[in-house]
Amino acid sequence: MSGPFESATADVIVVGGGPAGVAAAVELRRQGVAHVVLLDREDELGGATRHCAHSPFGMREFGRVYLGAAYGRRLAAEAAQAGVEVRTGHSVVRLEPGGRLEVASSSGVVTLSARRILIATGARETPRSARLIPGDRPLGIVTTGTLQSYAAFHGLMPFRRPLIVGSELVSQSALFTCLTHGARPVAMIEPGPHPLARAPFNWFPRLVGVPFHLGADIADIRGTARVEEVTIRLADGTAHTLACDGVLLTGRFTPESALFRQSAVGVEPGSAGPAVDQDGRSRDPLVFAGGNLLRAVETGGWAFREGRAVGMAIAEDLARDAEAGVPIPVGFEAPIKLVVPSLLRAGANAVPALPDFQLRFSRTASGRLSLEIDGREVWARAGTWRPERRILVPIPPGAARAGSVRFRFRETG
Amino acid sequence: MLHTPSPDFAGPYDLAVIGAGVVGCAVARRFALAGARVVVIEKGADILSGASKANSAILHTGFDAPPGSLELELVQAGRAEYLAIRDSLGLPLVETGALVCAWNALEADKLDAIAAQGRANGVNELRLLSGTEARATCPGLSERLVAAIEVAGEHVIDPWSAPLAYLTQAVALGARLLRDAELIGGRFEDDWILETSAGTLRAAAVVNAAGLYGDLVDARLGLKPEFEIRPRKGQFVVLDKAAFAHVPRIVLPVPTEITKGVVVCPTAFGNVLIGPTAEEQEDRTRATVETGALEALLARGAEIVPALAGIPVTAVYAGLRPATESKAYRVIARPERRAITLGGIRSTGLSAALGLASHALKLHEDFGLPATVPAEPPAVCLPNLAQTRERDWQRPDHGEIVCHCELVTRREIEATFDSAIPPGDFGGLRRRTRAGMGRCQGFYCNARLAEMTQGRLAPPLAVGEREE
Repeated sequence: MSGPFESATADVIVVGGGPAGVAAAVELRRQGVAHVVLLDREDELGGATRHCAHSPFGMREFGRVYLGAAYGRRLAAEAAQAGVEVRTGHSVVRLEPGGRLEVASSSGVVTLSARRILIATGARETPRSARLIPGDRPLGIVTTGTLQSYAAFHGLMPFRRPLIVGSELVSQSALFTCLTHGARPVAMIEPGPHPLARAPFNWFPRLVGVPFHLGADIADIRGTARVEEVTIRLADGTAHTLACDGVLLTGRFTPESALFRQSAVGVEPGSAGPAVDQDGRSRDPLVFAGGNLLRAVETGGWAFREGRAVGMAIAEDLARDAEAGVPIPVGFEAPIKLVVPSLLRAGANAVPALPDFQLRFSRTASGRLSLEIDGREVWARAGTWRPERRILVPIPPGAARAGSVRFRFRETG
Repeated sequence: MLHTPSPDFAGPYDLAVIGAGVVGCAVARRFALAGARVVVIEKGADILSGASKANSAILHTGFDAPPGSLELELVQAGRAEYLAIRDSLGLPLVETGALVCAWNALEADKLDAIAAQGRANGVNELRLLSGTEARATCPGLSERLVAAIEVAGEHVIDPWSAPLAYLTQAVALGARLLRDAELIGGRFEDDWILETSAGTLRAAAVVNAAGLYGDLVDARLGLKPEFEIRPRKGQFVVLDKAAFAHVPRIVLPVPTEITKGVVVCPTAFGNVLIGPTAEEQEDRTRATVETGALEALLARGAEIVPALAGIPVTAVYAGLRPATESKAYRVIARPERRAITLGGIRSTGLSAALGLASHALKLHEDFGLPATVPAEPPAVCLPNLAQTRERDWQRPDHGEIVCHCELVTRREIEATFDSAIPPGDFGGLRRRTRAGMGRCQGFYCNARLAEMTQGRLAPPLAVGEREE
């Protein structure tokens, strides 16, 4: 939809038209919320699912499988049918206090306000710069998202013989995109001691004849205009120089949380996303967050279900119209990387949108993970915890009324 | 990009400028304004592809320049001219001021001498501040701050739009820019006969503004080199825009003999940069970033402004400064050969460029060439990229926002390709529009840019059509 907004105010404005945002907007309408506006800065809905041409979406939410852009079209149809005012080509440039958003489009800049705002801007991969990778800075060093946008949207490729860095599920997907678009990766490396994806996914490089090295790092990138060669340092300390024309950086997702980071609300050091309570409510009680913005990164289906649940919570919040309480923080310590939700509010909705604490570890660690409420252990499990693997701990009833909630970890070496 | 020589490619020109860095662009402008027919010979695919693409973007006052030096004179002349012309060219000035920060008693002891030198250099807007007073003007600074000098006149500018504006004025007056044109040799026979990789041309006089290749270009022109370039690498880290609120001012260290040290400063685009390192090296071509050096810069930045610790890195870069065996500018005029060398402009080139250009014109007056008729300055106004002034995305009908992190519009990208000096490579597009320069570094927009720039950049972003 284009043209001026019918009104500068809405009941709820949802920012981000990926699975989480659309699911939330549709759910809000189903719950009877009258005026729901969905903003997306791209031309089509779908978010990151638009360029993931390989992986199926929609089985759990729609009962059938969609590929890439088709899933986005299904989301758009759902939103239209539910009576959501959808605005693509609209970039939110600022989140302001009091439920206000500064929004830019080709029609100009407007300030919109709503009784509640949901930010669902997803996640992206960490670029070369933020990884502090050494060497020259020529063309051809891109992330999976960029590669897949080249291939899916424009029929283009940024390289023919890349080195792939990473071993998450998305790394296997990146390898697949290369192979199906005429590119032949020279090798795949993972800096850590274990592949981050589970078997059988981590067998994929070897099955297709691409050398796979664990404990390997980039020592140097050379190239004047385009990448010409990369030197990798293997776990045994030896260095090898590979002729290649690109570097494909995969995974290491980080929330696209700039709106929060540049507002008074801020972000959490662990997750790099906003702190939310068990309803998805941020430190600003008018602003909610959901989907991969909370904790990069889960599947599209997960984001959809989470978005729907947060949408339901916002509808209940609007109906109750009660003052949100002061949140208590959920404590945790290294090597726990993040806990979502990282806030709990007493007097929140009867059924929380997020029924579980989601945890991630920053490195592989063996030991005993436990949850303490007011100093009393209420949950514990021993095991070996791997980075980037999802850990779910049910939020105990009554936890939100506690004085202190804290995860502890005792490493056994 | 291919440049077909037009019929008058070979000249004769009144002046050939070797190198389209910030100094070469300013020289081209000054001579074109003086009525000269100018050719600029650049070996890169775009302007600013050497030392000028990586600096700290500060418009200096000269408070810390060697007293009585040519560098001081030209920094101050260049700064004055920038301030005079910037409004008409659409160039920003972010009036941050700077704090020279002393982090211990030893450094604090040096502040009086630095202030005295500043005043001797004619920079009177200087204040000695206690640590508390300095932090009141820049609250992000660490509590360890002992004392500081405030230099109110140190400001931040857009380091790429400024030289582009200078050269755009020159081109509007008929100057010719040759890209992908390396100077191979030259001989002086009444006129200069210059051999370039793009062809031979003739010019009455030559200005060597070749930066990192200044000594080699003098040698290729058959001029006795009077200095040797000793490249000094500087690595920088650019932090996310969330950092800007913590660093509203330029934060300088107390300098040592070797280097001005690591600066933490805001950029015109709303980021914060930390750098540079100062690393001597032989190689003139490679400016690599290194993980350890970048980590050290981040650690240093967080010591100076603790709130920077958790803020993500947006970009990293490295550049080579054309240092020589001495700290001084190496400006050499050879009237008998009608040649001027502007060498060793190592770290103040952005501030001094316009001053260097006027100085070169003055030296040129002694060459005994017939006078030319000065031209009216042509109206040139560059698109604004600084966050302190209105950007294109804030005006309607821009088509679409292509780069979401830096809010770059389709209209801006189209306009730069239609401009007098369109980008020659992707770096040039980034410097002219900021597309792809933001926190995602192209995750969202790089593929769209590849599609939009097909056939317009060399090398192209994409390697070719999809092969099934």
